[in-house]
Amino acid sequence: MVFTLKDLAVDEYFLPGNAACPGCAATLALRIALKVLGPRTIITIPACCCSVVQGYYPKSPSRVPILNMAFAAAAASASGIVAALAIKGKENINVVSWAGDGGTADIGIQALSGAAERNEDFIYICYDNEAYMNTGTQRSGATPRGAVTTTTVTGKQERKKNIPEIMIAHDIPYVATACTAYPLDFAEKLKKAMTIKGLRYIHLLSPCPPGWRFSAEKTVEVGRLAVTTGAWILYEWMEGKYTLTGPSRGLTDISRRKPLKEYLIMQGRFSKLSEEGAKKLQEDIDLQWKRFDRLLRNTSDT
Amino acid sequence: MILTGNHAVAFGVRAAKAEVVAAYPITPQTQIIEKVADFVERGEMNARYIRVESEHSAMAACISAEACGARSFTATSSQGLAYMSEMVFWAGLGRFPVTMAVVTRTLAPPWSIWNEHTDILAQRDSGWIIMMCESAQEAYDTAIQAFRIAEDLRVLQPVMYGLDAISLSHTAENVNLLDQEVVDGYLPSLDPNKLPVYIDPDRPITFGNLLGPDRMMEFRHLIKEAFERAKAVINEAAADYSKISGRPQIGLFENYRCGDAEVVVLATGASSGDVKDAVDNLRSRGLRAGMIRLKTIRPFPGEELRKAIGGVKVIATVDRDYSFGFGGVLGRELSACLGRYVFRYIAGLGGRDLTVGDFEGIINDALQRSEEKRERDEEVWWGLKEGE
Repeated sequence: MVFTLKDLAVDEYFLPGNAACPGCAATLALRIALKVLGPRTIITIPACCCSVVQGYYPKSPSRVPILNMAFAAAAASASGIVAALAIKGKENINVVSWAGDGGTADIGIQALSGAAERNEDFIYICYDNEAYMNTGTQRSGATPRGAVTTTTVTGKQERKKNIPEIMIAHDIPYVATACTAYPLDFAEKLKKAMTIKGLRYIHLLSPCPPGWRFSAEKTVEVGRLAVTTGAWILYEWMEGKYTLTGPSRGLTDISRRKPLKEYLIMQGRFSKLSEEGAKKLQEDIDLQWKRFDRLLRNTSDT
Repeated sequence: MILTGNHAVAFGVRAAKAEVVAAYPITPQTQIIEKVADFVERGEMNARYIRVESEHSAMAACISAEACGARSFTATSSQGLAYMSEMVFWAGLGRFPVTMAVVTRTLAPPWSIWNEHTDILAQRDSGWIIMMCESAQEAYDTAIQAFRIAEDLRVLQPVMYGLDAISLSHTAENVNLLDQEVVDGYLPSLDPNKLPVYIDPDRPITFGNLLGPDRMMEFRHLIKEAFERAKAVINEAAADYSKISGRPQIGLFENYRCGDAEVVVLATGASSGDVKDAVDNLRSRGLRAGMIRLKTIRPFPGEELRKAIGGVKVIATVDRDYSFGFGGVLGRELSACLGRYVFRYIAGLGGRDLTVGDFEGIINDALQRSEEKRERDEEVWWGLKEGE
């Protein structure tokens, strides 16, 4: 099924007037996610930008119930919700963990790995803005090499942790990547995930204007460049099979990728990146595509 | 039925019809969650059992299940409780009426699996009702009562209850189990609509988003009031339980022969039986001794204890715990509530054996210190090996 704008619900479940920064891609994605998920949804949110985006009690922008949770506990919380709904005989409720990259790649990975190993029946969405943005841009395991954060002032020395691959290694029923700049691709994947039982994982790249240092109106443009330069690959993985989606299709051919520089130059966080640093980052990306190319070929044989 | 303290808890949890159990193994608690897993797998308990990867996740899962209206239980010990601590506070401050058995064990390093109460007492400001059991029978009884207290509309706070490692957790004794209908009558099923937090798509709420300084004190005050009401609820739960079981009614504390006592010792947990034996022995030798067995540590029954023993000439406390830079927790707290000094003994740390003779010695020592007019603030590390 190809998802079009017409398939997106008109109803709003995450309302304006929330406390998000201007140009926040994660909040936009949450709004779209809830349009797909609909009102029969429970979300559990660990410490992350979206705990703040909800704004101050007693107001809430959400029309679906939210259980705010401690930083490391998103996946465990969802497991508890799933168990309670099962024992109470409540069916057809989407249980969703909505967590940042810190709460997923770093402090929350233990609970997530446990839930994945148990194949708990919920959807885990990591919106990845590639640093601890809620606390003011400290590096996380998901920060890419070379990016300046407040704890890597000359740029991060290490590669970005590949969480989707770690989730695939758990052999859960569905893993996908997405990017907020391609909302219909994300919506389609979420819609598909909703039809599957067990733990479904979507890793959603979410450009962050203050953290990545670009102006708020460029959120979509930056997200698109992340994909079209090949820095972020859109794919899904199911039953051992990888499939490229959206604009990432065809980008295994390096000549069809836009120069990485176009993506980097838009972001202040890469302003200190040396020629050599940019080369290393390019190598990280090329390596990932090379591996991906192999995986695509391997899985198309099966 | 002959049961260890651990298995007694499991039978109590089964009788209470817990609906979600999320647990992680740790010595010496593991038998509890093994037995519960056995009940669930045999179909003797209609519950979902989540074999989580840590205690932190165990409590997170229990909280979230409870938020969705399911009666939830876990058990842990020592390191596990410390590791869980963030979520322990989450349950207490979020008012999720989870219950938890804590087999009290020494915190490492060095590694030790033996008994100490510092682990459970370190959680004393977490918004949990905290109780200590004396026997396997009381462990079974408390496992059932804990849900009733936690879920009472006047309380709605989680309850943890301690069992001394090894001496209670692994010691088998005769335990009388109640018929299921009797327990059902005592403990009605949980009505999710009455929970302070009920996560339900039909009535969406947001739990736990930001709260500014303008309202947080009021939120905390609600919990303070719940703890004030909890004392009566605990006593009621004990009284009603006594009616259905015929067992003694012990809510906040047990007053053992304190009526005419000239010396009273306060202690808690499994060694209380030995303290009572010491009291009996001393009484047979003409000394009017008595004992307070603290059953409930939070809410601390300070006012009630003041009425019961405030005027007793000599008071000693035995702490199997320690708050560095302050002293034994129970001794300090009792002293603060009574507004007078008590003779504070630190004993049995790290599982060091405490006998009837030790308790007789402690009572005699307190008397002697009192006669020497040593009324100043005094702490004794009982049985400390000098020069080691």
